[in-house]
Amino acid sequence: MSHIESSKNAALTRRKFLGSAVATTAGLTIAPGVLLFRAAQAKPAAQAVTSKVRWGLLIDNTKCSTGCDDCVTACKTVHKLEGHNRPETDVQWIRKLTVTDKQTGHVMSLPMMCQHCGNPPCVDVCPTGASFKRADGIVLVDRHICIGCRYCMMACPYKARSFEHEVVHDQSVSAPRGKGTVESCTLCVYRVDHGKIPACVEACNEAKHGAMLFGDLNDPESEISKRLTKYGGKEIRADLGLNTGVRYQGI
Amino acid sequence: MKKANFVEIEGRSAGYLALLGFLGIFILAALGSSFYMEHNGHHVTGMTNQIVWGMPHVFAVFLIVAASGALNIASISSVFNKTAYKPLARLSGLLAISLLLGGLMVLVLDLGRPDRLIIAMTRYNFRSIFAWNMILYNGFFLIVGIYLWTMMQRSLNKYTHYAGFAAFIWRLTLTTGTGSIFGFLVARQAYDSAIMAPMFVIMSFSFGLAIFLLVLLAAYNWTHRPLGDVIFNTLKNLLGVFVAAVLYFVIVQHLTNIYMAKDSGVEAFILLNGGIYTKLFWIGQILLGSLVPLALLYHPTWGKSRTLVGVAAMLVIIGGMAQMYVIIIGGQAYPLSLFPGMEVQSSFFDGVVNHYAPSLSEIMLGLGGMATAMITVVLAIKILRFLPESLADEVVDPQHS
Repeated sequence: MSHIESSKNAALTRRKFLGSAVATTAGLTIAPGVLLFRAAQAKPAAQAVTSKVRWGLLIDNTKCSTGCDDCVTACKTVHKLEGHNRPETDVQWIRKLTVTDKQTGHVMSLPMMCQHCGNPPCVDVCPTGASFKRADGIVLVDRHICIGCRYCMMACPYKARSFEHEVVHDQSVSAPRGKGTVESCTLCVYRVDHGKIPACVEACNEAKHGAMLFGDLNDPESEISKRLTKYGGKEIRADLGLNTGVRYQGI
Repeated sequence: MKKANFVEIEGRSAGYLALLGFLGIFILAALGSSFYMEHNGHHVTGMTNQIVWGMPHVFAVFLIVAASGALNIASISSVFNKTAYKPLARLSGLLAISLLLGGLMVLVLDLGRPDRLIIAMTRYNFRSIFAWNMILYNGFFLIVGIYLWTMMQRSLNKYTHYAGFAAFIWRLTLTTGTGSIFGFLVARQAYDSAIMAPMFVIMSFSFGLAIFLLVLLAAYNWTHRPLGDVIFNTLKNLLGVFVAAVLYFVIVQHLTNIYMAKDSGVEAFILLNGGIYTKLFWIGQILLGSLVPLALLYHPTWGKSRTLVGVAAMLVIIGGMAQMYVIIIGGQAYPLSLFPGMEVQSSFFDGVVNHYAPSLSEIMLGLGGMATAMITVVLAIKILRFLPESLADEVVDPQHS
């Protein structure tokens, strides 16, 4: 009897031991992840991304001059988008377009970047959901789940996306990138989340051009909404019905 | 009509081993090419931020489209109860699976991050036709696998009709999905059309049958098994019908676009002034891939020559590759229309015809996919009973005395 009991006790102790060993291992495995997760969520809850806001840009084309590429330079600098002197494969998040009306000869110059569509084709076609639109309208690529299929690049009417064709060295901490994945303008999401404006807009303002205005399209009191109400603003390829977050005046 | 007797091929001859070795070299070259591209990044290929899908996609989409078409022979036997096709059904299913395997290999090894295949298999965005295709491709393996099983295990033969019907519906859906990858692209004028889906379905009939016919000719010639005129002529005539049907869809596609002023630019590019794409269209796709095969297949004396019918099937494949090249690369080479009716210039190649020259590694990867498809067939017919011992007329023809 006592023999049976003692073996029962031994079994219980072994079970207890195994139980606590599993718990400890699980704890050690999960805890750093949980801590990291919490660190990543360090942003106060009050600043959580919400669909009450829709971030957008208004480009005043009458103030955007041919030959000026301050916005492009600023973007390249802050995101460390150094090329490899291979223009066909080097990435471009924002570029200047020169548009000539073939009938009248009228020439205009304007910046082109991700238009942060309300109905983004890149998000629709992405097989894994790596292309996504934040609640506040910013369209991004989750570099962790992008498989590099480039279907989004086939789908974007604005040629706003680039494929990273080479190993990336010396990255910007705020704009992680990686060979074999797709990237594009993030509307400087890391700046916007901290109450700042995108680098291109800042550069345009600093140079006193004032051709770019950043703001909340949902807030009727914002400067961008007031300007849009007063002067209007056009979408590029409005016929596609994409409801872009970037609007242009004077095109 | 005799019952078909399925027997494995012996597969010990020097020729068989040489074939395995030959295909093996291409597969190794493909794996090496893929490693080279992934290690260095895609800048070592001909692909750019302008031509984002290159030669690997031409091969991959061709093989995937041909895969579903290769299943046609089995469908005709199981779904439409044409007994003459029954002895060919197993090979048809095998070829379908093999071609899909080859195509997917190329597609996956060309991804920017092929190591993340598990993500593609576990995370689905159901708004994406690409995600649906992944389900359709995986399901195709499963359904055609079950279909083959019901054909090859006698006790399951009673289910062949149902499995065949499921596979038939699945393959139509699969090619509709593949065509829609292009049809759903609103951004590019060369695509963006509902005709892509049915056109891809009919292309699959043609490419799949052409490959099937060549594999059949090779297998029966090299193993010295009899292949009668009845089945051969039936397949030959069917190929002619499919080639003509593809031509019809191509004509409708281009006529519609020519009619619309907004698409006249891209049409002029493909049909008149697109350089390599125009040449590939008229010489590769139309002349060599459609008109010459039609002449060879339907000519009263040429059509009786197995060599010439083989040449016709080969030309259909070459024409199909040309068509894929024109659709996939040509469609991207033509600039996006950012400001319709205006001239656009930038440092990012806006408004210009984009340049593309496929690199050797891309071509080797694509050929490796074809070799993978073929080696699968070559190995499978040695291991399992896919090929009837004879396809002589008395085996396939119900009316044959």
